[in-house]
Amino acid sequence: MTDGTRSNSLRSGPSPSGHFGDGLGGRFVAETLMPLLLELNAAYETAKADPEFRKEFEFYLRDYVGRPSPLWFARRLTEQLGGAKIYMKREELNHTGSHKLNNVMGQILLARRMGRSRIVAETGAGQHGVATATVCALFGMKCVIYMGATDVERQKPNVFRMKLLGAEVIPVTSGAGTLKDAMNEAMRDWVANVADTYFLVGTVAGPHPYPAMVRDFQTVIGEETKTQMQDAEGRLPDVVIAAIGGGSNAMGIFHPFLDDASVRLIGVEAAGHGLDSGKTAASISRGRRGVLHGNRTYLLQDENGQIDEAHSISAGLDYPGVGPEHSWLHEIGRAEYVGVTDDEALDAFQTCTRTEGIIPALESAHAIAHAIKVAPSMSPDTLVVVNISGRGDKDIFTVAEHLGVSL
Amino acid sequence: MSRIAARFAALKKVGRGALIPYLEACDPDFDTALALLRGMPEAGADLIEIGMPFSDPSADGPIIQRAAQRGLKAGATLPRVLEMVSAFRQNDADTPLILMGYLNPIESYGLERFCADASKAGIDGLIIVDLPPEEAAPLEGPTREHGLDIIRLVAPTTDDERLRLVLNHASGFVYYVSITGITGTRSASDDDLTAALTRLRAATDLPVAIGFGIRTPEQAASASRIADGAVVASALLATLADTLDANDQATTQTVPTVLQGVRALSQAVRRK
Repeated sequence: MTDGTRSNSLRSGPSPSGHFGDGLGGRFVAETLMPLLLELNAAYETAKADPEFRKEFEFYLRDYVGRPSPLWFARRLTEQLGGAKIYMKREELNHTGSHKLNNVMGQILLARRMGRSRIVAETGAGQHGVATATVCALFGMKCVIYMGATDVERQKPNVFRMKLLGAEVIPVTSGAGTLKDAMNEAMRDWVANVADTYFLVGTVAGPHPYPAMVRDFQTVIGEETKTQMQDAEGRLPDVVIAAIGGGSNAMGIFHPFLDDASVRLIGVEAAGHGLDSGKTAASISRGRRGVLHGNRTYLLQDENGQIDEAHSISAGLDYPGVGPEHSWLHEIGRAEYVGVTDDEALDAFQTCTRTEGIIPALESAHAIAHAIKVAPSMSPDTLVVVNISGRGDKDIFTVAEHLGVSL
Repeated sequence: MSRIAARFAALKKVGRGALIPYLEACDPDFDTALALLRGMPEAGADLIEIGMPFSDPSADGPIIQRAAQRGLKAGATLPRVLEMVSAFRQNDADTPLILMGYLNPIESYGLERFCADASKAGIDGLIIVDLPPEEAAPLEGPTREHGLDIIRLVAPTTDDERLRLVLNHASGFVYYVSITGITGTRSASDDDLTAALTRLRAATDLPVAIGFGIRTPEQAASASRIADGAVVASALLATLADTLDANDQATTQTVPTVLQGVRALSQAVRRK
């Protein structure tokens, strides 16, 4: 959890009303949800200040999630690229195979403190859904996962996993049947079942306090990275690269470095078929400010303010928005945001698999692809960390299809 | 006196509540929606709520979602919505019109410009679903300047402290969300509504309309008696959807059937 409370720190946001910078973030929800968000905020603030809650969270992170995750020096990839020294933060080694469990563990402990018995969540690639179903099984809670019908189709193994874990998976057919539609449906469920239900958001987006709370539960990634890099190289990294859909793995690894001005932070958005192809998920590079799903942030939208469908080969990045704190880091120039296409991510997926023996999630492959682009022109004493946010077993069907292999 | 205040005052004199039907702009097409709008006062609508289609209506149930999708498919934009309103105002100077929608298209259009244009077209009030009082400051200047009411939603989960805050930012009337659900999915009992209205009346002099979950003429009659008005949305949109052809296009039945639905609601509301 974050300890960045100094007022001159870039880590001190958001404001008590949930705003980052000039009006980003906030709470833009129907009146029916406002009392719930205020209650959640109060419960989270109380939990955050309680050493027992922190102790409990740390216990589960260590003994159930399997933390700390290693910082791996990618020797063969470094040699192949012939430039910067590349390290990989191995979030794919967490239980359930991604960084998602960090946040989910924090929130399920909070839901328990709040006396809730039913959990609803949205999921794109299914990683957040699997993580949520997992902790619901662990604590014996009822679990309902909303997932776009398109994603249900392209992420079958994760759908089956969720069902094995006892979750009810509800395919959402409205819109394009992807993450944004699942988010709409999960919000509707929460409004309709306020008394016993906790809405477990999977990324650093949505109405306050979600962006700050999810970030706080994910900053363990960056804090470990800082310590591990100190142990390995005796200093801070020079560059940190992470993929961005909603942006929780990136915020988790960026946040502890925000006040370390020497560390370049690069968020990699899914460019889909290309940033200017019209089939992209790059909300910061190709979107503008708007309001969706409870927060003001960068959104892909048309000239009339209708939200566009996002496109990415990776279901986890297929979202037309991004967390408001990323929008703020973009506006103040503290982090850079770049795009990587579907094809570049597929190439990086294979490169990583063959040089390091690590099958990365397609989401993480976007971050690797950018490292592959920039590392060769960097000096050998440059230290680059790439966040391997998830493992790619769930993506082998998608990759096989793109490589023309039928399984 | 605004059109909204005048209408509620006039109804109070005759001793009944208002019927407030809802239609979605451009659903299923511009001309049909305009014909419905024009026909509603004669069919018994006292105020009319017009939905502005949005791609992601996260507080609405499936029936309104589908209406919004049909509207967008038929080319609904805010300029088109206001064009429909202007056309209506050529023949009707009295029926209060309320626009209901989500913030993003309005921000995209420009808050100041939108309020100016909406007021000029003949709009009386706005319900912006995802704009709670805490975030409403940028809109409140332009609405005051252009004489538009901001109608606020109050829910069963709104506690007394929050109720005061919400009412401080409300004008025109108060929209009581009768169930803590999404639009058009469940109904509240008369006892629940009566208790809720007692609490609201103690806190505000504004008229109160009940919405969400009112489907039948009987429910509309009862809600309009307990409160000052009843909003009927999903039931009328479902009626409309049933008249469409396989390609979601209007048929000769669409306008008369929906207006017949309004008439049935209105007769129940007027029955002593």
